[in-house]
Parts: sequence; structure tokens; C-alpha cells
Amino acid sequence: MELTEFSLMQAISALFHGETSSRELTRACLERIERREPSLHAFLHLAAASALAQAEAADRERVALRRTDPQFTDLWSTKPLLGIPIAVKDVLAVEGLPCTAGSKILEGFVPPFTATSVKCLQKAGAIVIGKTNTDEFAMGSSTENSAYGVTHNPWDESRVPGGSSGGSAAAVAARLVPAALGTDTGGSVRQPASFCGVTGLKPSYGRVSRYGLVAYGSSLDCVGALARTAEDVAILFQIMAGRDLLDATTVEAPVPKIDFGVGTDSCPSLRGLNIGVPQEYFVRGMQAEVEAGVREAIRVLEGLGAEICEISLSHTEYALPVYYIIAPAEASANLARYDGIRYGPRLEAESMWDIYYRTRGRKFGAEVERRIMLGTYALSAGYYDAYYGKAQKVRTLIQRDFEQAFEQVDAIAAPVAPTTAFPIGAHGDDPLAMYLEDVFTLPANLAGVPGLAFPVGFDGTGLPVGMQLMGKHFREDVLLRMAYAYQQVTDWHTWEPNL
Amino acid sequence: MPLSLEEVEHIATLARLELSAEEKARYREQLSAILDYVDRLQELDTANISPTASVLAAEGHLRTDEPRPGLSCEALFGNAPETEGKQFKIPPVFE
Repeated sequence: MELTEFSLMQAISALFHGETSSRELTRACLERIERREPSLHAFLHLAAASALAQAEAADRERVALRRTDPQFTDLWSTKPLLGIPIAVKDVLAVEGLPCTAGSKILEGFVPPFTATSVKCLQKAGAIVIGKTNTDEFAMGSSTENSAYGVTHNPWDESRVPGGSSGGSAAAVAARLVPAALGTDTGGSVRQPASFCGVTGLKPSYGRVSRYGLVAYGSSLDCVGALARTAEDVAILFQIMAGRDLLDATTVEAPVPKIDFGVGTDSCPSLRGLNIGVPQEYFVRGMQAEVEAGVREAIRVLEGLGAEICEISLSHTEYALPVYYIIAPAEASANLARYDGIRYGPRLEAESMWDIYYRTRGRKFGAEVERRIMLGTYALSAGYYDAYYGKAQKVRTLIQRDFEQAFEQVDAIAAPVAPTTAFPIGAHGDDPLAMYLEDVFTLPANLAGVPGLAFPVGFDGTGLPVGMQLMGKHFREDVLLRMAYAYQQVTDWHTWEPNL
Repeated sequence: MPLSLEEVEHIATLARLELSAEEKARYREQLSAILDYVDRLQELDTANISPTASVLAAEGHLRTDEPRPGLSCEALFGNAPETEGKQFKIPPVFE
């Protein structure tokens, strides 16, 4: 078995048992990146030299620890990721590495600080091997909005990997890294996970610190993880979750220990858990193979002991218009900071005002400009009540839908996107058509609830089909347990693209 | 109702974006289509609904206001296009 085929858990286990070293593992990843990257373009920046140096340091640390603690009893709890290479979406700051957010307006920016989510993983021993491609400022569903070129889907290079965390999803799917970080404002972890056939978690709002994340829609942004299995995603999630003094929206809520029933021979059971299937998520016009794949996966969950029932989330169709008012409004405020004065490139002009106009007008891409303008309009005098005020009221109705559903069920099962990965260029210059890609993922962000996407099959052309489970606030553990059980009795998550 | 060219120019000014004539025309069309789409929210009666303030049930917390180490000036100015001493440099604002 090649080292790059290891899941995160397998890599951790191989390092613990001395079957491989961090140096070998990191080199294997770098070599695979070198081979695959020219046709995939999953990365915007590689940190090969520093990654190898950190890998060697991790190996030395492990040797030293073996003398004092031969069973590595402490290591399991303090540094489970010691020497594990990971990739980080280029919207999260890592000290000393460039951070562009896929935008020309941050070209050359090297943050002097590290995002808390990344720092948590580094403290647990992880090594950042590189920064992955993203739609500019995470605004998009395909990576086609990246100012540095599109990422190709490892299952079919003529297709998009999804977005905005498309670089991270493609890197995990192509076995370039065992795991990666992404962010999800309207589906940006779950939809690329689905398009690339990997497992991706959007945690509850307030669960993982956003300190060091390039802000897009602050009432929606979440930092999440992508990996091959639910177990792998759970490992990363548990390390990142928790209150952070540098992000006042993080909540002091216990992170439930995720009990997978590991160590028992019997198949994990979902007996006693209820799963709701919302009729509004199975719409006319969706790809038949997606609906069939999701319905079959629901039958598998039922076979594992879960009770399945039909539910209704009646305001689902309004999630898209609500999102495309609230997210651009928040973006227009958040992106006001890019002014060509304090960081990033500056286009020279006679006056300070012209520096603003010129730098922003020429360095932001079209989708970012559209959303800034949409948000500026929605917040402007005379329009605030009709747009932003109205959207925040309808958002309350969407939240209530979820609250009512979760009185009845423990999780909601639904498709991630109406189709499998679409061809590069399919939506041309039609922003609204692209927005419709997010129709099933936006509601979880608007309600702040967790969502977990994982592969449940393939369509006729060999592209992955994904399903998502949405859960109660701060009950990521229930979703991870369900997906883990599913992955014990199916093997879709082990399929590898034929590169 | 489609946006007028003047409205597009007004929004671009508020947002501090320099746009070409071609961009203005394109955004006018695209933003009008998006606004047309989001107008379906007006179908819903929300007279007695409060707007969402936060999706979190618990109130946000405040930390104690104590000095703690921050970033150095060198780190903060390291990414600036133009600086002089410990200041960002810009063209004159006042005559």
C-alpha cells in the first residue's frame, strides 16, 4: 500500500507503530503533489521545504518520546497528529505562508499570525504542507472564481471540483494529503466534498474559531474539515472545536466524545436515532442519479437501525434569496478593509480616494465586485428594510423550520447539490445559475446548524454522488456517528479516482 | 424593476469601485436579474416575525480587558505598500 493511500487514521496508526516516518509520509505526499498538481492545480502555495523540516523534527520528537513513554500514552491525548501533513484552504492565515484568498487584492500578503483552527492542529503535531485553491474570497461554487486559475476535479479533469473549498476537496480526493481544512459560508465544504467524493464537515456556527479566517459573511462563516472518512473528520473536528478568546462568537459548549463503538466486532447500530427526509430537498429538475443515490443511502441508514420519516422544511425555497442578500451585505462590509493602504498591492493615483477606487476596481474579480455591489445596495439608504431587514426576518422562519424538525428527529438527510460535478465553464457568465448550485447547502448556514457531506455512490459517468446530514446545534457527534456507521457497511469512501 | 445606469454608478461610488463602461453595463443587467430573483421574499408575510440577530442561543461572552502580547510594529507594517517610520504613507488628503 502506498503511503499516500493512508486515511488520516491509518497514517496516525502507521506513525505510532513505527511502520513509517513522518519524513517518508511527507515526502510521499510531496512527490504525489509534484506528479498530479500540473493537471489538478489544487494548491496555490506549497511549503515543501518547511514541511520536510517539520517532519524531521516530528520524527526526532517521536524517537525522544519513545524513551520516556514507550506506549505513547500521552501522545494520543496531546499530539495525535504528530508529523501528519495537511493542506489548508488559502483563506486561513498561516504565519509566514502567503494568504491570497484566491484574490489579486491579497497578492503577496504574508500574514504575521496563524488562524486558531490551524494553530490547534499544529499544536496537535500537524504539518501544513501547502495552501489550497479557492474561489476568490470563498465566493463561488466551482473555484472558477479564483484569480489564480480553476482547480480540476480528480474524477474528471474537464469538470469543476466544486467550491469554494475546491482545492482542499481535490487534494484529499487525489490522495495528495490525508486531510485538509476548508470553510463553509453557504456550502463551501460540503458541495466540493460531494463533487470530489470525500467526507466534509461544516460544524455548528460558534463551534470552531474563525480567528485568522479571511472574513466573508460573518454570521455564516464556519471553518470545517475534509478527509476520506467520517472518523478522520471527527479527529480534526475534536481538535479544533472549542471557545477561543480571539473569536467572541465561539461558545463554551462541551464537545461530546464521539463514540464510534470502535473495538467491538459487531456493526455499529443507529437504533434509537430518527432521521428526517425533507420533501423540499427532492425537487423537479434534479439529477435522477443523485436522488436515487441519496434515497438508497437513506435505506442503508434505516438498515443500520435508524427510524426514517418524512418531514417538511417549508421555507427551503426562500433560503437562496435570503442568503444572496445577507451574505453579500456582510461581504460588502467585511471587504471594505481592502484599500491598498495597509496591506496588499496598491495602484498608485493622485489622491487617496482614487487609490481606493482604482485598487479595488482592478484587483477584485467580477464575482466579488458583484457581491460587494449587491450588498452595498441592500444596505443603502432607502433599501435596508426591503432587502436586509426582510431577509433577516425570513431567516428567522428558516431557523424555526429546523427547530421544529429537530423536535422530531436527530438528523436530516438530504442531497448536497442537485447534480454531480458540472463541466468547467458550464455556467458561463450567469451568476444566478451558479447561485442555484447552493440551494441545498445554504439553509444549514442560515440556521447555524452542522452539516456533514459524504459519498454515497457514483453517477453513470463515474462522478461521485454525495449526501448530507444536518443536525441539531452542537450535535456534530450524532452526524459523525451516523456517517461512520454508514461507512462501516459501504465502501464508496474508499474509491479512488483513476488519475 | 431593472437598475438604472445612474444607480449602478451610485452603488459603485459607495463601494469605492472603479468600473469600466462595459462592467457597468454588465453588472446593471446581472444585478437586476439577481434583485428580481430575491424579490420573491416579498411574497411572505413577516409582519410579526423578528429579524434574526444571532443563530446562537447563548449570548456572546466578553473577555476581561487585560493587556496581553500583540503583534509587533514590524509584523504589522511588513505587508504595507508604503510606510514611513511607524506610519502608513498615503497621498495628501488636505490641501
